[in-house]
Amino acid sequence: MTRLPSGGLVDRSVTLSFRFDGHALQGHPGDTLASALLACGVRVVGRSVELGRPRGVFSAGAEEPNALVRVGADPMVAATTVELRDGLEAWSLRGKGRVDLDAADDRRCDKGYLHCDVLVVGGGPAGLAAALAAGLTGARVILVDDQPRLGGDLLNSRVRLDGARGLDWAALVAARLATLPEVRVMTRTTAIGYHDHNYLVAVERRPGGERLWHFRARGVVLATGAHERSLAFPGNDRPGVMLASAARAYANRYGVRPGRRAVVFACADSGYEAARDLAAAGVEVAEIVDPRAPGGEVVTGTTADAGGLLDGVRIGSRRVEADLLAVAGGWNPAVHLFSQSQGTLRFDEGLQTFVPDVSAQAERSAGACRGLYGTAEAIEDGFAAGAQAAEQAGFGPVHLPRVPDGDERALRAPAALWMTGPGATQAGGGEPVRAEPVGTEPGLSEPAFVDLHRDVTVADLARATGAGMRSPEHVKRYTTAGTGADQGKTSGAVVTGVMSALLGVGPGQVGGTTYRPPYTPVSFATLAGRDRGPLSDPVRTTALHASHLARGAVFEDVGQWKRPWYFPRDGEGLNEAVRRECHAARTGVAAMDASTLGKIDIRGGDAGGFLDRIYTNLYSTLPVGACRYGVMCGADGMVFDDGTTSRLGDDHYLMTTTTGNAAAVLDWLEEWHQTEWPALDVSFTSVTDHWATVAVVGPRAREVLSVIAPDAAGLAFMRHTAAEVLGVEGRVFRISFSGELAYEVNVPSWYGRSLWEAVLGLGAVPYGTETMHVLRAEKGFAIVGQETDGTVTPQDLGLSWLVSKRKPDYMGRRSHARPDTSRDGRKRLVGLLADDPAEQVEEGAQLVAGPGDRVMLGHVTSGYTSAALGRTFGLAMVRDVTTGDRLTAVSGQAAVPVTVVEPVFYDPENTRRDGDPSVARRGGDASPSPAGPSAEACRAESPAAGFAERFAAAGDDRVRVREAPFIPMWEVRGADPGTGLRLGPAWWLVTGEPEGRPGWVDVSAQRTVLELDGPGALDVLITGCPVDLHPSVFTAPVQTLLGQAPVILEPTASGYRVYVRASFTAYLAEWLLDAIAGNLVILG
Amino acid sequence: MLLIDCPHCGPRDENEFRYGGQAGIAYPERPAELTDDEWAGYVFRRDNPKGWFHERWFHAHGCRVWLTVERHTVTHEIRKPR
Repeated sequence: MTRLPSGGLVDRSVTLSFRFDGHALQGHPGDTLASALLACGVRVVGRSVELGRPRGVFSAGAEEPNALVRVGADPMVAATTVELRDGLEAWSLRGKGRVDLDAADDRRCDKGYLHCDVLVVGGGPAGLAAALAAGLTGARVILVDDQPRLGGDLLNSRVRLDGARGLDWAALVAARLATLPEVRVMTRTTAIGYHDHNYLVAVERRPGGERLWHFRARGVVLATGAHERSLAFPGNDRPGVMLASAARAYANRYGVRPGRRAVVFACADSGYEAARDLAAAGVEVAEIVDPRAPGGEVVTGTTADAGGLLDGVRIGSRRVEADLLAVAGGWNPAVHLFSQSQGTLRFDEGLQTFVPDVSAQAERSAGACRGLYGTAEAIEDGFAAGAQAAEQAGFGPVHLPRVPDGDERALRAPAALWMTGPGATQAGGGEPVRAEPVGTEPGLSEPAFVDLHRDVTVADLARATGAGMRSPEHVKRYTTAGTGADQGKTSGAVVTGVMSALLGVGPGQVGGTTYRPPYTPVSFATLAGRDRGPLSDPVRTTALHASHLARGAVFEDVGQWKRPWYFPRDGEGLNEAVRRECHAARTGVAAMDASTLGKIDIRGGDAGGFLDRIYTNLYSTLPVGACRYGVMCGADGMVFDDGTTSRLGDDHYLMTTTTGNAAAVLDWLEEWHQTEWPALDVSFTSVTDHWATVAVVGPRAREVLSVIAPDAAGLAFMRHTAAEVLGVEGRVFRISFSGELAYEVNVPSWYGRSLWEAVLGLGAVPYGTETMHVLRAEKGFAIVGQETDGTVTPQDLGLSWLVSKRKPDYMGRRSHARPDTSRDGRKRLVGLLADDPAEQVEEGAQLVAGPGDRVMLGHVTSGYTSAALGRTFGLAMVRDVTTGDRLTAVSGQAAVPVTVVEPVFYDPENTRRDGDPSVARRGGDASPSPAGPSAEACRAESPAAGFAERFAAAGDDRVRVREAPFIPMWEVRGADPGTGLRLGPAWWLVTGEPEGRPGWVDVSAQRTVLELDGPGALDVLITGCPVDLHPSVFTAPVQTLLGQAPVILEPTASGYRVYVRASFTAYLAEWLLDAIAGNLVILG
Repeated sequence: MLLIDCPHCGPRDENEFRYGGQAGIAYPERPAELTDDEWAGYVFRRDNPKGWFHERWFHAHGCRVWLTVERHTVTHEIRKPR
């Protein structure tokens, strides 16, 4: 045991038991895994990645290149950054970790979003001073530090300030900060990334799992300190070779004697400080080797015992027995975050290192990270930096606290020394080292390492420069130096220095490699946070979803929606189920959940004229009460979306869009209205989630309608009506996507399940998207995104009849006259029949003229088996073919002979759209209606109804969540209604008014309200909401994102109201429950 | 993550917005009178400067307003369009 009897910041009264490579060991609170290992006499902590050389603890911080271990499910972490805890199990590595897929990982990682006026990174003397100076002005300040306690290098040193321990000063400042209400101090939090617009990301290590913090700061003070560096000399990787500052930290902070007999290689004055502190800890300091001293010597190599452990240090011709070589090679300011912020560096000849030069963002470096290494000067610099950042954010000035007097001596410049030993040359090609290597035969020389983790040596760099490489970026990629776990923290300066020596130019001309986030390794689990498993992407569900689940539907993902793909019965597979579902739709009655189709309420005196410009066909002439199918094109003339738009009133239309394009189409309408035609009187409101839509399809559909919506049963084709549906105000549209008699029945989504169950109760067979696709393909109806791919015009689809010749212009018209779009020989939509009626033509198959032909004429877009046709069929986009042509569909090894046919396979005369004509001839479909459900059967169900019990169980005194269901809501455009939430310019959401006014759009069922109350509600919201929720800022409702769901967030007296779209409710409810549970775990 | 100052909602994270490409490209008044090349210029060709660039953003998850900002394509600095 090498634990000192007293001293340091470890609590010797408590013993923590842990295991390393299976050995039971002990340490104390305050230890890192590395310090505990050293205290237990473990000197070899792993083997190097390429050469398998034994390695020991090299540093005391995040820059560690050697002591990489597996801890639990973490495959590779630096032992110097792992806080010791009771029961910890760690294993040594050979240079790289391996993910153990079976390792139990019960961490709960999440994210957090905070805003501040001044963000201070680093809790050492400069950072503490900056936080205090900024905090005293009343500015919102966040101080992050990666250690469990504040102090930075004061934790490791014995410097005295105003005659007292340096840590006492840190404690005073910390206590002062704790009294400032707008200052937030976050320990165990490592800033890992500095991105655009002062956006910084940090990882907070918590026992239950990391939190990835996202900070947006008006000003940033970087007080990230400096890393000591080593230099390249033979055998510089032996266990026992350690940074002088690390040796000092183990002695001072952890109460560990890092060796019995030490040589200190003092290329910088920190070596003397280390020597003094090591001696005070009982280490015999055999020699201080200072190249700057008159006749100064250098360390030229090491010797090792049979186990590879350091047992001696070569100083020219002498060998000094030692088990510790403390190397003070000079300091590298930790400019990682500064460089990530795009600030530029310059090489300081006096400090022999790169320091910040020009800032690129509202940022200022303070203290050692810009080369001010003295404690008092760092504090003074920190005060100035903090006050300046606060002032730039509009705070202060205030009277700054006094800078304490330190007891440090002024530092002398370090030696410009990067390598020693055989063949070593010096930076800039200067004089060779003075001491000739003696006792080391060149051929037997130990490797001199520049990158300990990647086992890269001076010889490797010489090979790279010898091959002509001049840029450190090339050398990095050629040698892998700097690509290890420490990402060049210990090697970058050495590589630059050695390269400068090899190339005979100054280090400043050699430069360094690009600094990229993250500063320290981050696990994917941390980055994912809560966005994993079922919450990895929002799942949108319709009001009918619970019914689909209960019926065992197999789902398919369409955008973010879960749509029933098919409804298997009695162990059916896809093909059997689809055949049965198609048969029902063609011969009886079937029903589909069509709620996912986008629905946009369009109002205004110019609504018709606007639609005329957007669609290729005419809508201003559409009679009220009628529906019309249309396609819309981009300015390039290519089909962008299609759907049916109905005229509900003179100035009122309802547009439907494809499921996947609903948001894009609404964006598109807004874009053209706002940016090109703002004078047009028209407004757009999404009502997709407000309405649940059930398609009732088949020759017997009218029987179902006559029960659920008798007033609408007699609707003519392509007409619609407002109607009572099961006693609820609904809308019925006579639209068919199958060629059969069909209705699309809409009710507010609260009633969607009741409608669905009633329709199925009347004998309709539920069907999914696959059957829908087969039915439409039998009729030759194209699907946007399946038949089209952004290169297809309406004319290519055979929809020239939909393209107006009368309108002066419409979106895409000019492009339809471009040479390429108007030429002959474009691919067009055709039907395909395989010679073998049982053989399926595969979607995506290439079409060629014949077997072996290599000229592609087109591709198969749809391929199905049809119950109605009793065979397979397909659709394709092909050029230069006519009906009857023979082609070959090639896919993989399959070459299927096919014949080109017209794309309408079923009922080309459209005889069935009003019902089965054979039944009609027999006297209509006036078969007696089955007894229908009564109006009471229509029961309202709120979107989060299924979560009520879990919500109740999840809450506690700190935070409660509940749904406030069935609140009447209206979206209002234009003039201020004098009530409600302002959502944007001339846009309001009015809530609670039972009756709408003219022009108000009923969106009561579009969203539901989740109320989050209690003192802990804010802590839940900041884990997913990127806007500034500070009570001084967040005073009015905002539209933003929570998790990945779009929401309206409203502050209330007791907490928050979250307005979430009905289809996102299940996602957000699960997200909130996870957030509440996660916070409970974290808070204990 | 850019911070984009929405004139209605204040500064918001980039992921609340949708990018809208170069600003100031007006829909031609009489497309039919344009040559094929002029029309192709409107539809397909945009500036791609190294430096300041007027561009459109759409606050899709906020107030749903289109706005124009001036962004430096090298530094990502954003300033109010002049």
